[in-house]
Amino acid sequence: MRPSIVLLVAVGVLFAAGTTLLLERTLTRVLLGVMLLGNGANLLVLAAAEPGSPPIVGTADQAEMTDPLPQAMILTAIVITLGMTAFLLALAYRSWRLSGHDEVQDDAEDRRVRELAERDEGSDAEDLDTDEAETAEVRT
Amino acid sequence: MLILLAAHLVAAVLAPMLVRVLGPRAFYLLAAAPLAAFGWAVTHREGEWIHPWVPDLGLSLAFRVDTLSWLLMLLVGGVGALVLAYCARYFAPGTPGLGRFAAVFVGFAGAMLGLVASDDLLLMYVFWELTTVFSYLLIGHSGTARPNRRAALQALIVTTAGGLAMLVGIVILGRHAGGYRWSQVAAALPDGPVLTVAVVLILCGALSKSAIFPVSFWLPAAMAAPTPVSAYLHAAAMVKAGVFLVAGFAPMIAVAGGPAASVWRFLAVGLGLVTMLVGGWAALFQDDLKLLLAYGTVSQLGLLTAVLGFGTAGTALAGVAMLLAHALFKAALFLVVGIVDKTTGTRDLRRLQGLGRRAPVLATIAVAAAASMAGLPPAIGFVGKEAVFGALLGAGAAGWVTLAGVVAGSMLTVAYTARFLWGAFATKSVTVGSADTASVRARESVLGPRDHPAQDNHGVGDNRSPGNGGGPGDGAGPGAGSGTSSPALKGGGVEGGPARDAAGSLREAGVVPVVAVTPTVPAPAGSLLVAPAVLAFAGVLAGCLAGVVEGVLSPYHRGFEDAGGVAHLALWHGLGVPLALSLLALAGGLALFRWLPAWKAGPGLGGGVYERVMTGMDRLAVEVTGATQRGSLPFYLAVILVVLIATAGPALVAGWPGRTEFRLWDTPLHLVPVAVSIVAAVFAVPARRRLTAVILVGVTGYANAGVFLLHGAPDLALTQFLVETVTLVMVVLVLRRLPSHFSQRPGPWRRRVRVGIGVAVGTVMAGAGFLAMSARQALPVSVAYPEMAVPYGGGHNIVNVILVDIRAWDTMGEVAVLVAVATGVASLIFRQAQRLSRRGPVESPSEPPRDEPVWLMAGHTVEAGRRSTMLEVVTRLLFHVIVLLSVYLLFTGHDTPGGGFTGGLVAGLALIVRYLAGGRYELAAAAPVDAGAVLGAGLLIAVGSGAAALVAGGQVLQSAVLDLHLPVVGDLHLVTSTVFDIGVYLIVVGLVLDVLRSLGAEVDRHALARSADHDVEQGTEHERRPQEELV
Repeated sequence: MRPSIVLLVAVGVLFAAGTTLLLERTLTRVLLGVMLLGNGANLLVLAAAEPGSPPIVGTADQAEMTDPLPQAMILTAIVITLGMTAFLLALAYRSWRLSGHDEVQDDAEDRRVRELAERDEGSDAEDLDTDEAETAEVRT
Repeated sequence: MLILLAAHLVAAVLAPMLVRVLGPRAFYLLAAAPLAAFGWAVTHREGEWIHPWVPDLGLSLAFRVDTLSWLLMLLVGGVGALVLAYCARYFAPGTPGLGRFAAVFVGFAGAMLGLVASDDLLLMYVFWELTTVFSYLLIGHSGTARPNRRAALQALIVTTAGGLAMLVGIVILGRHAGGYRWSQVAAALPDGPVLTVAVVLILCGALSKSAIFPVSFWLPAAMAAPTPVSAYLHAAAMVKAGVFLVAGFAPMIAVAGGPAASVWRFLAVGLGLVTMLVGGWAALFQDDLKLLLAYGTVSQLGLLTAVLGFGTAGTALAGVAMLLAHALFKAALFLVVGIVDKTTGTRDLRRLQGLGRRAPVLATIAVAAAASMAGLPPAIGFVGKEAVFGALLGAGAAGWVTLAGVVAGSMLTVAYTARFLWGAFATKSVTVGSADTASVRARESVLGPRDHPAQDNHGVGDNRSPGNGGGPGDGAGPGAGSGTSSPALKGGGVEGGPARDAAGSLREAGVVPVVAVTPTVPAPAGSLLVAPAVLAFAGVLAGCLAGVVEGVLSPYHRGFEDAGGVAHLALWHGLGVPLALSLLALAGGLALFRWLPAWKAGPGLGGGVYERVMTGMDRLAVEVTGATQRGSLPFYLAVILVVLIATAGPALVAGWPGRTEFRLWDTPLHLVPVAVSIVAAVFAVPARRRLTAVILVGVTGYANAGVFLLHGAPDLALTQFLVETVTLVMVVLVLRRLPSHFSQRPGPWRRRVRVGIGVAVGTVMAGAGFLAMSARQALPVSVAYPEMAVPYGGGHNIVNVILVDIRAWDTMGEVAVLVAVATGVASLIFRQAQRLSRRGPVESPSEPPRDEPVWLMAGHTVEAGRRSTMLEVVTRLLFHVIVLLSVYLLFTGHDTPGGGFTGGLVAGLALIVRYLAGGRYELAAAAPVDAGAVLGAGLLIAVGSGAAALVAGGQVLQSAVLDLHLPVVGDLHLVTSTVFDIGVYLIVVGLVLDVLRSLGAEVDRHALARSADHDVEQGTEHERRPQEELV
């Protein structure tokens, strides 16, 4: 089939904008990014079908009908995106209530490891540190 | 053979129960398992037992007994049974964790038996690792002490690392030979570098298991285990596994020859000798008797590896004799140390005093075993060592070099043997006094050891000893019972000790109290002595029957093809070089013990390297984790996206077709929604106000609906339109509580990176779409759907038929996701389980006033300033119409655009309108049900309609068409899949209701609570809400 350039340009722009927002730290922006990505993906799937008349038997000749399968998939995707949106919204709201903002923070434990690496220290993994072992022995 | 292994397994499983019932006496019962193995081995000199296991992998439960494995089976079974019997008396009743200990110990015995008896190398590897794991559990038996855990972990890591290398070596050999049986591998060894690599890898495993330099350090640390474990695992059994492997491969390698054999000999002999010397030297400096034996074991394992790895018939015979000798005497000595420890409460040879006099039987046993260790006649140790000397003498230049090492090592062995006996049993004048005093004492002690009441050791320079205990012959001296050995040992033991100790003891004078073995310390229980006595005298007996031993062991060394260097096992070889060397070793060792410089710190065994390697690994892990696991969501996403760009991008460029056909647009009308969408998306990215960004994103959604409509997808357009509206409402409901602007934007540099990645991803996706569509050749799978829709699906709207019939499983999954999402949203907002009841309707707090027109049931609950009569009227007029429309869409969706999804969304919109006009109480009045109940009912109906088809004899979710002619109403065209669609409808309604109750009503309550709290803080008289309401 011959792809439609206009649709693909729209797909590209939606993906670009969605990805850029997805990489932000604000949960609301991430949510908007997901919504844009969803819209872009829906268009991409739609572009896979030749346009035509609605796939309703009896209203048009079968040869002129557009492919119904991508439509069914997109329909599912639209509703799933609705669920995703609701969930991310609840997350953003909860984050705001708990911490006063909806930024995604770095994982505290990972940050600790990173700081260890920057200070050139080892982990405090058990049974590796000799000194600690001795003090533990004294304590017991 | 399988029965024997099963017996061990059963014993191990039953062990905890037996110990609970019988206490330590259960060990007597458990000893039956290894004893059975011993007895079986006595009657089965050789044979093969093969049972298929995993034929596809070439794995079989193949067992084979030949001379080498037979010998080891005897040792594993015999020593195991004796040590278990010893345990019965060694452990006090009620020792914590004894049941587990017994189970693991017996399990180990079984694994060891399997290891030496298995003929399949992979099977052997399984047992090999089992012994490692059991050893880990036994060393770490007292897991509460950190040093024990460290020691256990260290042993596990070192031996497992070696074992993995060995596995690779085994696989190399097995792949080449086409099978993993010893016989197959031996018959088809690879040649050239492949063999060399395999040999080195296998040596890695063997040497790590047997604690050969440079990984010897784990064995002394493993002495954290209870003494019976040391006696069995770390003297007789497990550490012998490596030696066993060396002995097993040595004939093959020797026959194969070539560079691999040279490398093998160089590594095994070289490292073995280094281990022997380093271990022996370190043993000289140990004050803990058990550690002394442990370093001695390291040294002996070095000797065994060197001799067995040397690879001639003579050394092979001498090596297996030494292997037998070592297992017997070292296990016996460990058990002796256990008795010493149990009797006196210490293993520190600086604190032990005169034990030999108090426990002559124990001392006799120790001396008999030690004689074998030092290589004195008539013990088997002497026979073996003589054979080693003899075999190496006839083996050329390499033999001479090795011989020199072995003789030097033997001197060390004699020296630490003397130190052991002196330390454990001698009556010494130690730890205090100047060198002068010490020498006086040394002279005195030659005359005869004295009794040492404890106080005597605290007076510095106090030479007056109360009474003289008697002459050297009264059984108290270290040489007591060693009548068969050289008298020089006695002299050395008594004389050398104090002199050497005095020099180094000044700085710790008075620090180490001496345990004087006075009559208050009980003599060791007789039954404890049985096991070491049997082992020690078995060693002497074997020495006396050297000829018989040779006859039994000789099949092993016949595997070598060389003729040179043949040795024989005999007590008396005549006056030859071997005897001279034995005497040289004896004399040198005693001299070493006598004049040993009093260096307190012995050489390490590379434990520091292990520490450094482990610390280095840990550091590396921290660096790698710190560099890759940033804990930052944007970082992770960026990595994923960059990988997408880096992999798919070049692939797109490489696979781009030379000629492409495309069209600019399907219809120029497309330009309108697409342009709107593009502009909105581009401006949504930098928007600073939340509402602006949300609306712009919403615009792209509506624009999509336009594209759908133009493309011939009215269902999609309808759904998209409704979803976009519901989404917008949801987002705004939350946004009213969030700050109006986004927080600070990141710096320009980061922003550019993000935009860069975004643009690249967009380009890749559009390009991939272009390529995929250009490459499309096959017919769509849906080409037959239009014909199938009406006869099979009973509907004209093909999209809906796909959703509820053809691909109903997809829809089933999707509605399940929706239920999960709704529940998740409610959990996130309500936070506490009991408040989830608010998902249900809440009663309006007051009756509507009677003096004004009532448009909405709960309109009066809205604050006066926020009420809009217009909205209330419109809502009143439209609500039922919208609900009716939703039902219409639901039921006609099968033939015209619509369906469960769109119907549900429309009904949801109706609820939204009620909520917006009248608040949360109005929502409760509009939908007086629990959102969870609606969701559950929907799911039940959807699943139930699918299952009903199953009950009716069809497939899950299969639909049937019913055409009924009803009077008055007319023809009713009923498709069962409509029931499924009703479920979908209810779930979508439930989702919207749940979201409204959570993000709408509950968020309202949060806001109210917060403002009420605010008022209280400002001193107004509002009733303060309970604190938990606020969070």
